[in-house]
Amino acid sequence: MNIFNKFYVQPFDYILLKLPYSKPFLFVDTLQVVTENGVEGQYTFPADSSFYAGHFNKMPVTPGVILTEVMAQIGVVCLGIFLLNDSPTDELEVALTATQIDFYKPVFPGETVTVRSSKDFFRFHKLKCKVEMLNGKDELVCRGTIAGIMKSKSHA
Amino acid sequence: MQTKEELITTLKTIVKPYVQDEQAFEHVTEETDFIRDLKINSANLVDIALDVEEAYDIEIDNESMEKMLTVGAAIEIIQEKLAAK
Repeated sequence: MNIFNKFYVQPFDYILLKLPYSKPFLFVDTLQVVTENGVEGQYTFPADSSFYAGHFNKMPVTPGVILTEVMAQIGVVCLGIFLLNDSPTDELEVALTATQIDFYKPVFPGETVTVRSSKDFFRFHKLKCKVEMLNGKDELVCRGTIAGIMKSKSHA
Repeated sequence: MQTKEELITTLKTIVKPYVQDEQAFEHVTEETDFIRDLKINSANLVDIALDVEEAYDIEIDNESMEKMLTVGAAIEIIQEKLAAK
């Protein structure tokens, strides 16, 4: 798929194209805001996502680890790709190094969540962010800090 | 400026929260390697560098960061940056 054939091109689509994930582990639909200090993006959980079959038995709720992954992909990896945009290579090295998340509301199949993150620091390849997730009613779902290593492979 | 012993004491305070091998931490020498001996991960080594910057009001550049792998190397970098202030 070439996004440039579409009539309307989202301004941050180039970031989505550089994400090192694909289905069923791609958890970013759209990015609304990306600056050097933070990012806002959205993801809708398809009701047929495989994890709902077993979490929980007969009562599908989005697992906390998946919510954490959504926050990491939108809040840290998308921001990192934006911050590394000037680097000479597209080859990314990404590693999650720490998370501290508190959870407040459940997320059910089909819900759309908004993730907002603000950069704490990006130094020596470590990107640390404060990240929060809101549901469709603007209620706080979860919040915390996530850190990872983000570098272009030419630096390795 | 702090003596080398004082620098090591301050550095130990900074490093302590990130240490995964307490036994190795009790026997720290200048040769102690943050990653190999104290089992600190590279992401927490960045936290240590930032804490050192704050404690001594210095800036650690990329080149120094790459060298900052042992207690002795860290002390040398701190001394060098303090001398250049």
